Amino acid sequence: MVKTKEQSQYREVSLSEFFEKNRHILGFDSPQKSLFMIVKEAFDNSLDACDEYAILPEIIVSISRVSDDIFNVSVSDNGPGIERTQVPRVFGQLLYGSRFHVIRQSRGQQGLGITAAILYGQLTTGEKARVETKRDQDDVAFRFILGINVKENKADIKTQEPFIWDRPRGTSVSITAKGRYVTGRQSIIEYLKESAVVNPHASITFIDPEGNTIHFNRNIEKAPYISKAVKPHPYGIEIGELITMAKATSAKTLLRFLSDDFSRVSENTAGEIIAEAGLKADAAPSSLINKEISALRESIQKAKLMPPSQESLSPIGEEFIRRGMMSVYGEERPEFYGRPITRKASVYNGNPFSVEVGLVYGGELPGDQPVRIIRFANKVPLLYQPGSCAITQSVFELDWRTYGLDQKQGKGQPYGPAIILVHVYGPRLPYTSESKEAISSVEIITDEIKAAIKQEMRMLKTFGNRKDKMKKVAEKFNLFRRLIPEIASKCSSILGRDVPDINPVVSKIANVVFIHEEAIQTESGYNIRTEIFNFTRSTHKFTLKAVFGGMEDKSKDLDIVDLKPAEERVVQNFVQWPGQYPGTDYYFTGIDVSKIQGAEPLPGDWDLRNSEVE
Amino acid sequence: MVNIKTDEVLIKLVEKMYNELISGEVPELKLSSRTKDNIVFDQSMNVWKYGGSYVSRSAKTTDGAQFMAKALYTIEFIMDMIKSQKSSTLREMYYISEGWKDYKFHTQDESNMLAEDLEVITTLMREDFKLRPEENGASVIGNITIEEKNRKGEFKRINCRDDVGDAGYTIPYNVEKDKVKLISHDADFILAIETGGMFDRLVENGFDEDFRSVLVHLKGQPARSTRRLLKRLNNELGLPVFVFTDGDPWSFRIFGSIAYGAIKTAHISEWLAVPAAEFIGITASDIINYDLPSDKLSDKDVSALNSELEDPRFSTEFWKQEIETMLQMGKKAEQQALAKYGLDFVTEKYLPDKLSDVL
Repeated sequence: MVKTKEQSQYREVSLSEFFEKNRHILGFDSPQKSLFMIVKEAFDNSLDACDEYAILPEIIVSISRVSDDIFNVSVSDNGPGIERTQVPRVFGQLLYGSRFHVIRQSRGQQGLGITAAILYGQLTTGEKARVETKRDQDDVAFRFILGINVKENKADIKTQEPFIWDRPRGTSVSITAKGRYVTGRQSIIEYLKESAVVNPHASITFIDPEGNTIHFNRNIEKAPYISKAVKPHPYGIEIGELITMAKATSAKTLLRFLSDDFSRVSENTAGEIIAEAGLKADAAPSSLINKEISALRESIQKAKLMPPSQESLSPIGEEFIRRGMMSVYGEERPEFYGRPITRKASVYNGNPFSVEVGLVYGGELPGDQPVRIIRFANKVPLLYQPGSCAITQSVFELDWRTYGLDQKQGKGQPYGPAIILVHVYGPRLPYTSESKEAISSVEIITDEIKAAIKQEMRMLKTFGNRKDKMKKVAEKFNLFRRLIPEIASKCSSILGRDVPDINPVVSKIANVVFIHEEAIQTESGYNIRTEIFNFTRSTHKFTLKAVFGGMEDKSKDLDIVDLKPAEERVVQNFVQWPGQYPGTDYYFTGIDVSKIQGAEPLPGDWDLRNSEVE
Repeated sequence: MVNIKTDEVLIKLVEKMYNELISGEVPELKLSSRTKDNIVFDQSMNVWKYGGSYVSRSAKTTDGAQFMAKALYTIEFIMDMIKSQKSSTLREMYYISEGWKDYKFHTQDESNMLAEDLEVITTLMREDFKLRPEENGASVIGNITIEEKNRKGEFKRINCRDDVGDAGYTIPYNVEKDKVKLISHDADFILAIETGGMFDRLVENGFDEDFRSVLVHLKGQPARSTRRLLKRLNNELGLPVFVFTDGDPWSFRIFGSIAYGAIKTAHISEWLAVPAAEFIGITASDIINYDLPSDKLSDKDVSALNSELEDPRFSTEFWKQEIETMLQMGKKAEQQALAKYGLDFVTEKYLPDKLSDVL
């Protein structure tokens, strides 16, 4: 029998009873939190499924009130759908995840999620969940009404029927459970909002119990990069894991087990490891007793191995962070969107991880409030336990005063008009608890977080300097274009004489070519009016590179030829820009540095870069 | 100063800027630096005047050009007033500048300052510019007879003791001869008093009659017209001027502006200052000697005192000692603290004692 992709990667672990007794460990500890967890589990599954199949997600989350403390949560997506025979296992069995023994970064990691949510609903209301799903290649959709058989750790299917669905594919899960609906920092709406920040490729709709609808529109028309699944690196392996793997492997010999089931282990190295552990290379892996496994693990740690592959990492990416922050926080009209920082991968406990940081600053963000820290682990917003999280702790350990923000004695909560996004990602991140609400404060991780934040904040500093410079330029412009002409016209009107030509005076004071811009907001962006004035006594020819909003991918070369003394030239451009336009960076080439104001000399490498493109 | 035609002077000033523009020169206005560091004692006139350091307001800088544009708007406004034979208060000019858009004044201090700067530049007075202050309500009580021109253009005779109520004769903003004539008097000296409360006390106690004096209520820092009137009373009638104030750094400055000339108006000190004026206000020594109720010096008081120590007008032995003593004891007192010893103490003991030292 040919195994399907799904079948080969799912494994069964019985934990239903365990959950019933310890549901707080999985985050279902209060009615408020439980309702949140149901949405989170279903919603994360939808995103993961869509991303895996490179489908641009369209997800609708709807919560309706059944009675005072009973709610119905429904999450439906346009994802790939689930093969009918898999449904009972995917939804009805704890730890039936496709990811439990594969090393790869994804949102949910242990397959506890959606089943736990269904189980919680069943325990608190006695209601079964409704699952509807259809794949592209199926003719009909299927509707399941199912619960969990706790004793046997399997789905308890009440009904299962085909029906005609009005959409080509997708999955819809509906769970009725006890809960409490809240808004605020630790709420479903905040979770979806922050999810929208890091998933600008998703279209998310939320209908709250009052019937209000909130849309987070798709802002980028491409699916994100998806990490590759890789075999585990032996450095990070736990003893229990090693035992499980040895029992389950299809390898016939220990040598093959090590070299086939792990990454970065060659046959040679495997042989050395086995010899070092005092074991036999042709022993059957399943025959090893615990003592031998333990020796094997110790021997592995001594072996010289290449660091783990970074292919298993999937960053949000600079473009996604930028678009996401712009679309979600654009309404605050920030003056500055920092270019997101992505650190090079590091390794913790044999597993690669990395850090990304994004920033919005100023505008209508309140200046006297704590800096908003939005935390993400593997693209999942972390709303709970900020105090024990490595991200918060890293933020509090940095001195923010250097970057112009307020902070008492240079540590603790910083204050200022900023939202800072920190994303820590990698397979097997260390969390403080099973419910994965906070990342452990491991030194190498906090070091990387701090380094990334520092890098990001340096950009804010540069922005501040640029703003000061722009202000000075604007002042000069006001002098040349308004004040001196006003003096000339007033003098002449008082004396009743002709208005004098002020160009000789202006060129005496200025003696530069002056670049000035006005950004006029329209419905979809900004009209950028670039004005070029020749306040010198000679004719000039040069190239101006306009980098709109400081974004390298939004730039344009303006060739200025035959600019005569006292001439004024105007170039118009349109830029799509959500929120407040931060201004254009102008670079020039082909004219003496001292002869131009309002633009910077082109960095030396630009011509080179340009010719590479051509 | 009075005979030059104002509009001609202003036209010349504008022409200078115009000609600079025509010939490609950056327009520039030079005026005396109006700071404490640039006042020097004028031996011939016995007052403190601006010294030789100048500031330049050049169109090269935004601030300079802004000043120039505002000055031009002001000049245009003044010339319009001259043409239409109108005048305006400084406050009115401040409000009129609303219509000058980018060149309007942001505070009345700014517009007052610009009017003064124009005085300094042109050596004219703001009266020439048809600008006047509001009446500030300073008043006179005493046996002195003046004639003031009323709105009908007739001179009306007023005796400042018999023809006025308890509030006294109100000093108009213009006290020049064309408006106020000094006719006769029967008094030995002038007592200029800082606060209304003390002025009322002396009036009620009949100090003007008992001591043959003319009482002038300064109303705090005295307006130009008040100082100008003191100057005329001193100059033309030969009456000595004594200044009776609180004992704090701000009162010392009031005296300084009367006797030596104010820093802001040092360009017309000879017009306003009474070099022979004597200080008989509350001193640091009085606070000790009379054991007067006092208040702690505030931070602002202390820095004002320190700044007075560096003020050339106060670099006399008397002032140095008084200022340093006040700093040392860290205390100040009001005139009315004298009431500690009863309502008559000031007229029966304090002032007679002080006056006997100086008369």
